[in-house]
Amino acid sequence: MLTLLFDGVAYGMLLFVLAVGLAVTLGLMNFINLAHGAFAMAGGYITVLLMNRAGVPFLACLPLAFIGAGLLGAALEPTLYRRMYARPHLDQVLFSIGLVFMAVTAVDYVVGSMQQNIQVPAWLQGRFDIAWVGIGRYRLFIIVVCAVLALALQWVLVRTRFGSRLRAAVDDPRVASGLGLNVNRIFLATFVVGSGLAGLGGALGAEVLGLDPSFPLKFMIYFLIVCAVGGTTTITGPLLAALLLGIADVMGKYYVPKLGAFIVYTLMILILLVRPQGLFARAGAAR
Amino acid sequence: MSAQASAALARDARWRGWELATLAALPVAWLLLPGQALILNEIAILALFALSLDLVLGYAGVVSLGHAAFFGLGAYTAALCAKLLTPDPWLGLAAAVGATALLGFLTSFLILRGSDLTRLMVTLGVALILYELANKLDWLTGGADGLQGVAMGPVLTPFGAFEFDIGGRVACAYSMALLVACLLLVRQALRDNPVRAASIGLSVHARLIVAYTIGGAIGGVAGALLAQTNGFASLDVLDFHRSAEVLLVLVIGGTGYLYGGLFGAVAFKLLHDLLSAWTPQYWNFWIGVFLVVLVIVGRERLLRPWSWGRR
Repeated sequence: MLTLLFDGVAYGMLLFVLAVGLAVTLGLMNFINLAHGAFAMAGGYITVLLMNRAGVPFLACLPLAFIGAGLLGAALEPTLYRRMYARPHLDQVLFSIGLVFMAVTAVDYVVGSMQQNIQVPAWLQGRFDIAWVGIGRYRLFIIVVCAVLALALQWVLVRTRFGSRLRAAVDDPRVASGLGLNVNRIFLATFVVGSGLAGLGGALGAEVLGLDPSFPLKFMIYFLIVCAVGGTTTITGPLLAALLLGIADVMGKYYVPKLGAFIVYTLMILILLVRPQGLFARAGAAR
Repeated sequence: MSAQASAALARDARWRGWELATLAALPVAWLLLPGQALILNEIAILALFALSLDLVLGYAGVVSLGHAAFFGLGAYTAALCAKLLTPDPWLGLAAAVGATALLGFLTSFLILRGSDLTRLMVTLGVALILYELANKLDWLTGGADGLQGVAMGPVLTPFGAFEFDIGGRVACAYSMALLVACLLLVRQALRDNPVRAASIGLSVHARLIVAYTIGGAIGGVAGALLAQTNGFASLDVLDFHRSAEVLLVLVIGGTGYLYGGLFGAVAFKLLHDLLSAWTPQYWNFWIGVFLVVLVIVGRERLLRPWSWGRR
């Protein structure tokens, strides 16, 4: 029971790191980016290919996955994404679905459609027991890394100058740019970091979530749930939503495997019915 | 009602030449291209599906990422009806329409509130739930193997009974007849709607519910046609790919007018055949490129090359 809870937390933390970049994109530019999973997949494949073909150690791959996915974001944001911010949501949806299709087939073409496996280092394998709670080492590692990241993000957002600029831009981009903030540059920076985090999440999750070319399609709904349920105005909202989703998914799949993913989807629809702005959104926050 | 408004209504109601030509092109294509009946059948089904999305997207303004829910429910209902109850295609069609209209009516209340993102998630969620259902209820739906061995009876018409043939001529005529019927129905409904809306005071919610219900039912017809003419229903009919594909079809043809789905379906099928002949496994990549270019150039402008030079 507690082991399941632990696994759920690990899964939730992973989802948070994967989805937090999407929350920023949604909150800052009101842009529906269905292609967010493609950046995560990029990070995952960078790790897999570096480890299996070049023999790079796992820990060294993680920052490389972050940098690789971030660079991809830095290349795409000014060239493609920036044109889409002012467009209707339908255009954004079509555009990002197009990107997803391209990413899925491109990876299929280059690497092949089979499931990729990574071998985590020996000191991360296996599990140990604390007070009859089985704790997987790798899952503990995920929780620690993601918790550190979440704390760091919260610190940047609340305590630094960049954080206050970012929050100003999220709350009201027009006024923020009227006050002399370069909203475009703030957004480029956040987009790059968000893509990088997705890449890191993809690298961490390759072992837990599985990695094959359909990754962006399979997990798209999960990222969207985290953002839609958590709201996009804070870090804590998506974090709590991701934890809730992770725990509900793991528990649901263990106790009632027949029901499969129903629980998560039904829960999402119900929550969105009651709170269309998300579970943890500030009341009256501008959308 | 002002004179101007009634003049506008009368103008909308009149049949224009190109409309008649478009409708006449369907039976002509059926007569002249007997070898292509299977493709024409697919085009007719895709056009119906796109028409149903057009009601939801173009007229009600709901960005739906889960329209395959209706297509899939229609397909499974028709296939199950043929397998368990009666092989008569009309009854199967009626069952599919009933089931999908009910689904549309019930789920329309879920999308009355919220932003585009919320609606997107809810429509996607409904389609995913149906997909999971079809996957898990394998004693009924065959699960991942699909529902096989659906034997259809002949189509009973006033002109006699027609068996579905291998070449797909009957299937094609059946699908085209339903496409034309639905086009006429929607045309009538859209023409009547402004009058009614003006006289009862515009009710956005009621319009949305009606549009979503009818849209869902027509999507169900499209799905039922696919299952009946192919004698097969599989999980593929509920897949996310289908929802994305029909969105693309409609956008190619143009949203918000009656024939957008039909033109889009023809263009999409041609594009698809061209691409998959050239690169059978990776044609999805080029569909993706096409989508990105389409949006960047501008949906309205891509099909109007003369506006490219202008700003």
